Amino acid sequence: MADILSLHDAVARYVDNGATVAMEGFTHLIPFAAGHEIIRQGKRDLTLIRMTPDLIYDQLIGAGCAKKLIFSWGGNPGVGSLHRLRDAVEKGYPHKLEILEHSHATMACAYEAGAAGLPLAVLRGYVGSDLPKVNDQIKFIECPFTGERLAAVPSIRPDVGVIHAQRADRQGNVLVEGIIGVQKEAVLAAKSSIVTVEEIVDDLGATPNACVIPGWAISAIAVAEKGAYPSYAYGYYPRDNRFYKEWDAIARDRDAFQAWLEENVLQAGGEV
Amino acid sequence: MSSHYTSSEMMTVTAARALENGMTCFVGIGLPSEAANLARLTHAPDVVLIYESGTLQTKPDVLPLSIGDGELCETALTTVSVPEMFRYWLQGGKVDVGFLGTAQIDRYCNLNTTLIGDYTAPKVRLPGGGGAPEIATNAGEVFITLKHSKRTFVRDVDFVTTLGFGRDGKGRDGVPNIGKGPTRVITDLCVMKPDPETRELVVVSLHPGVSHADVIEATGWEIRFAEAIEATPEPSANELQVLRELKARTDRHHAGE
Repeated sequence: MADILSLHDAVARYVDNGATVAMEGFTHLIPFAAGHEIIRQGKRDLTLIRMTPDLIYDQLIGAGCAKKLIFSWGGNPGVGSLHRLRDAVEKGYPHKLEILEHSHATMACAYEAGAAGLPLAVLRGYVGSDLPKVNDQIKFIECPFTGERLAAVPSIRPDVGVIHAQRADRQGNVLVEGIIGVQKEAVLAAKSSIVTVEEIVDDLGATPNACVIPGWAISAIAVAEKGAYPSYAYGYYPRDNRFYKEWDAIARDRDAFQAWLEENVLQAGGEV
Repeated sequence: MSSHYTSSEMMTVTAARALENGMTCFVGIGLPSEAANLARLTHAPDVVLIYESGTLQTKPDVLPLSIGDGELCETALTTVSVPEMFRYWLQGGKVDVGFLGTAQIDRYCNLNTTLIGDYTAPKVRLPGGGGAPEIATNAGEVFITLKHSKRTFVRDVDFVTTLGFGRDGKGRDGVPNIGKGPTRVITDLCVMKPDPETRELVVVSLHPGVSHADVIEATGWEIRFAEAIEATPEPSANELQVLRELKARTDRHHAGE
């Protein structure tokens, strides 16, 4: 059964320097509070996996936590670039960042394969794309039944999967509602998992086909109220689109980013 | 150009008209989303809009800023996981048309959203492929909409993120289980379609007030024009009103949060 821990203790226990970490949430339920705790604890040399790096990985990369990034779409949705990611890729600041990029379909399939315990994912993908030329993890195989040429990539099996959800019950069972992305897959594919939640309740109130992750399939639960802000939690608070727009100016400038990080992450929150 | 609408409105309305009522459309964020929702609010009320965040048959009241805004989920028939979206609905052949934008496009409709320059030392790093590589090959056909300029319309893209018809126009030939690919490109100047033989883009329709020279000036290769070139119909008063109300609602919504 999942241990119900403080966010500090959950991150300290499960996120080691050099770990492969998948923090998922497709625009919705992005685990920002957990990301900030990783920054505060000064984790280094992480391999970060996420379909859409979004602001959360822009912050982790800018803070110097990442060695490598595996992703499929690295922009600020509807706004433009992730400037800390670009600074790392284009200028090697704060240090060089190795990247491995896929398409969304591939990463979704690779998470699913990871959750299914398979070594690889197979899809009808990358036809005519240059991506296989720059990503040696993309191969092509022949279907043994039809002879069709299909793309194959290794499954995603992170050391730790981190997601945010609306709520858990006292046994650590978790309900995810709304855009569920690849959150369930990220937890089940990982060796360990941390789920932050808005609240812990007596009864999840889940309907029969709801997306529920059993507590015995999760390593740790931590309460993090507004833990997905500035992304959103369906039923709790909306996405702060204005902050996503403001982030462009903050992240564009190294000093402005550092000042933001100091005030809003390093000197904030982090109750032990 | 007539002064009662802008070239951007002309582009959006023309792109919207490409969608037929009842089509199932996998929608990219930005201009395609604006056009697809305008279509839904005007001539195509039963168009089925699908976004890669898993929102199936969604009817947003305001345009989403991101591909996963709550608005998309709250107004959807149902919301599925992202693996299900790409595997069952897109790869499974349930999508008639993929509607995409891009940073760069070339004469064979190949799209680049990865980077400008060399891969190991990029001049400009762009967001990457996202859903596009598989939308472009697994959807029945593809519409593309973007603003026309020499910077975006290049002879050969720096990087083929997403297949149009390949470097030689033959990229889909003999490939099993692949969609038709791009069937039209809608810009703020004109509409283009691939030549049925060579697959090179040809201008088939000029927007009101736009000259051949305007298009030539804004295109990075020697663009060809169809022999019987058409004049794109102007936006109707209703289309303009619905579009402007949609954008005003959207601006208020995103500024208020």
